Amino acid sequence: MHPIRRFVEQTPAQRAQLPGPVNLSRRQVLQGFGGLALGVCLGPLAAAPQGAAKGSAAFEPNAFVRIDADGSVTVLAKHVEMGQGSYTGLATLVAEELDADWSRVRVEGAPADTKRYVNSLMGVQGTGGSSAMANAHEQMRRAGAAARAMLVAAAAAQWNVPASEITVENGVLRHTASGRSAGFGELAVAAGRQSVPTELRLKDPKQFKLIGKARLPRKDSADKTDGSAVFTQDVQLPDMLVAVVAHPPRFGATLKRFDAAKAKAIKGVVDVVAYEGGRGRFGGVAVLAKNTWVAQQGRDALSVEWDESRAMKDGSDAIMARFRRLADQPGTVARKAGDAEAALAKAGKRIEAEYEFPYLAHAAMEPMNCVVRLGDKSCEIWNGEQFQTIDQAGAAALLGLQPQQVAITQLYAGGSFGRRANPHSDYVLEAVAIAKAMREKGRSNPVKLVWTREDDMRAGYYRPMALHRVRAAIGDDGLPVAWQQRVVTESIMAGTPFAEFSIKNGVDNSSIEGAIEPYEIANLSLELHSPDTGVPVQWWRSVGHTHTGYVTETIIDELAAAAGKDPYAFRAALLEAHPRHLGVLRLAADKAGWGSPLKAAAGERRGRGIAVVQSFNSYVAQVAEVTVKADGRLRVDRVVCAVDCGMAVNPDVVRAQMEGGIGYGLAAVLHSAVTLQDGVVQQTNFHQYLPLRISEMPKIEVHIVPSTEPPTGVGEPGTPVIGPAVANAIFAATGKRIRRLPIADQLKT
Amino acid sequence: MVQLSINGTEHSFDGDAAMPLLWFLRDELGLTGTKYGCGMSLCGACTVHLDGQPIRACVTPLAAAAGKKVTTIEAIGADPVGKAVQEAWRAHDVVQCGYCQSGQIMSATALLRANRKPSDADIDAAMNGNVCRCVTYLRIRAAIHAAAANLT
Repeated sequence: MHPIRRFVEQTPAQRAQLPGPVNLSRRQVLQGFGGLALGVCLGPLAAAPQGAAKGSAAFEPNAFVRIDADGSVTVLAKHVEMGQGSYTGLATLVAEELDADWSRVRVEGAPADTKRYVNSLMGVQGTGGSSAMANAHEQMRRAGAAARAMLVAAAAAQWNVPASEITVENGVLRHTASGRSAGFGELAVAAGRQSVPTELRLKDPKQFKLIGKARLPRKDSADKTDGSAVFTQDVQLPDMLVAVVAHPPRFGATLKRFDAAKAKAIKGVVDVVAYEGGRGRFGGVAVLAKNTWVAQQGRDALSVEWDESRAMKDGSDAIMARFRRLADQPGTVARKAGDAEAALAKAGKRIEAEYEFPYLAHAAMEPMNCVVRLGDKSCEIWNGEQFQTIDQAGAAALLGLQPQQVAITQLYAGGSFGRRANPHSDYVLEAVAIAKAMREKGRSNPVKLVWTREDDMRAGYYRPMALHRVRAAIGDDGLPVAWQQRVVTESIMAGTPFAEFSIKNGVDNSSIEGAIEPYEIANLSLELHSPDTGVPVQWWRSVGHTHTGYVTETIIDELAAAAGKDPYAFRAALLEAHPRHLGVLRLAADKAGWGSPLKAAAGERRGRGIAVVQSFNSYVAQVAEVTVKADGRLRVDRVVCAVDCGMAVNPDVVRAQMEGGIGYGLAAVLHSAVTLQDGVVQQTNFHQYLPLRISEMPKIEVHIVPSTEPPTGVGEPGTPVIGPAVANAIFAATGKRIRRLPIADQLKT
Repeated sequence: MVQLSINGTEHSFDGDAAMPLLWFLRDELGLTGTKYGCGMSLCGACTVHLDGQPIRACVTPLAAAAGKKVTTIEAIGADPVGKAVQEAWRAHDVVQCGYCQSGQIMSATALLRANRKPSDADIDAAMNGNVCRCVTYLRIRAAIHAAAANLT
């Protein structure tokens, strides 16, 4: 069903050196990125307690908390901070149950140690699928509560008073009757001698002081506003060399020969090495220098010949044409109910639509990079590390080490949107392969791999291109009666360690998640084609929902129009059995003033559109207001967003993620596309792959549904809703349906 | 030999004067707060001040900075306007991933030094060259207004 990707092909000799796919047992992998969460908690207190402190910490009750003699609290974050607020969220949960002084809490990236720091929803140590709060909320609260209990026990013993009479507030323990008090720091050493509690009572939400607080300052604001925050790009190690690479110009090309004479003639170039490719990545040539600029000059001076006999040479138009031909054929059945074909034949009001979605680059502000230092039997990695288990195993296999011999320091990531969790560890292993090649030449310098923006944009791993063909119909009762949908898109999970668990009966769930859902249609047929294109594809903020959400919510809008109904009322009627969908839909509509007139200036057309998408167990509805000017220029004026993510741990972070998710999605809807010509990616930098700029930013209002349900994610769920909301608003304004993204100049006259 | 003043300290460099200022700051001086984002003056992550004016360090050859005063994010807090901008950024929790924010703050400081009460349109015009892929623009706008209010 899923042919081996072309870029996996290697000679037997090469293959022998390649890391195999990481072996994950079924028990380990509870789910991939896309599907439903199965809340299985691995060790509630997680990780063995440390008891007495190591190093400088006075008290280290478990794998997540350290308290120093000065009273400062360090939270070890098992999830990378890439902007989504994980450091703040994890620290909030610990500090809440610890009753810590928020200003004395700091956060540090946890080391790579799958046993201690596994993401219980992913089965590996890693960050993704908007799962940080969902998998860690109870674990972090318990970690804080355990530390608190041990501090209290220490104070009770020291003061010879009952533990039950001790209160803790803002990092200070008090016994009111005796008038005694002490800070965390004073009790830290004694707390380390207490036994780890086996039973813990967590706070009632009514007692929360930090969780749910409207505005709790982010933990990463200070160092990200004075230049002191350390990203991978900023790592400087003694004797470190910067590697800038020549990648093959086409996916699947291999290195034939190269001439480094001109590069080596540049003052400051230290060495030039070829490095091997592997599963999901391509070999190339690296130029090493102390200075990034010099390394870039060296790279540009290389003369490289590639063997392109097995390279991907298609253009994106040809790929889409192939997708269209596939859509003429029945695909693998992903979901079926009733008889869609028969119901469509009978129905009076039918719609047919074909949608096209381009490849999208993640284009994080920090281009991919990675620092590697190799020893005799060791590998150290510094990275905005999003996928510890996978990267650790991959590096170990490449080097012939055990995973525990690979140490990873998790730094801030300058954005990711999915990119830094690459199932093949592409850029991480590229850095390791370069360091390995250097070492084989007798050079032991640490290596910092730096991709230029152009490298980042052209090296692949894109949101896959997709084509959807839909036929749907309204019955005599004015409700949807049939829905037939064929999805053609490359599988993200095929060929990855997650394939076994994500692809069932030939259907990659991440290709169709969110299609037609949550609407219940008596006669439906959902089919999937998963062609191999040879273009590296990967999850991109909200994964399959980026296209399925768009199709579902614009088709429903078309069905509403066909039925002569208001699109909000039409949805509300269909979602009666889905209270959380309905909740956000109503909230967004109410706050947006749905149904109230929109004033338009002369020559302008204005419209309002609505959409609701559930992704990663969070529910988001958005109402977009747009203006289409006389010449067809589009402006998104205002977005009203309602989100139900269960208990909002940090409401301001939730708001920020909705604002950012909307903006990120809007860039893709308006402007962004990666296209190929003869297999060469045509976009190189931000003048061709257009990001959203401040002048295009709509007003955004975010409303959070109060909830006591367990927290779910917010990093991704804001993104897939904005596209259909805007498209439906454009329809309301102009009567035109947008079925090809990006919108670009489709409205221009 | 290029001589220039960076954050009040005199420096000289006898390497390639065509090297962009960005790499001198980052790789030679270890001032890593100024970021590489595009190398083509398209994203603004590398914005610094040259004699008080915002410039993109990724396309400014060292030779063009010779004899001039460079201010980077590491020193902008010493400037009252820069300090007000940083404080507003923190009060509004503008940052997400944070990678672009040094450049945003340098552009915002330059704007407020020239225009103490910018309108939204002024902000859009001054900040349009600074890309934030996390899309923190609403908070950037709010923080600039707040900093402006705090400076009067």
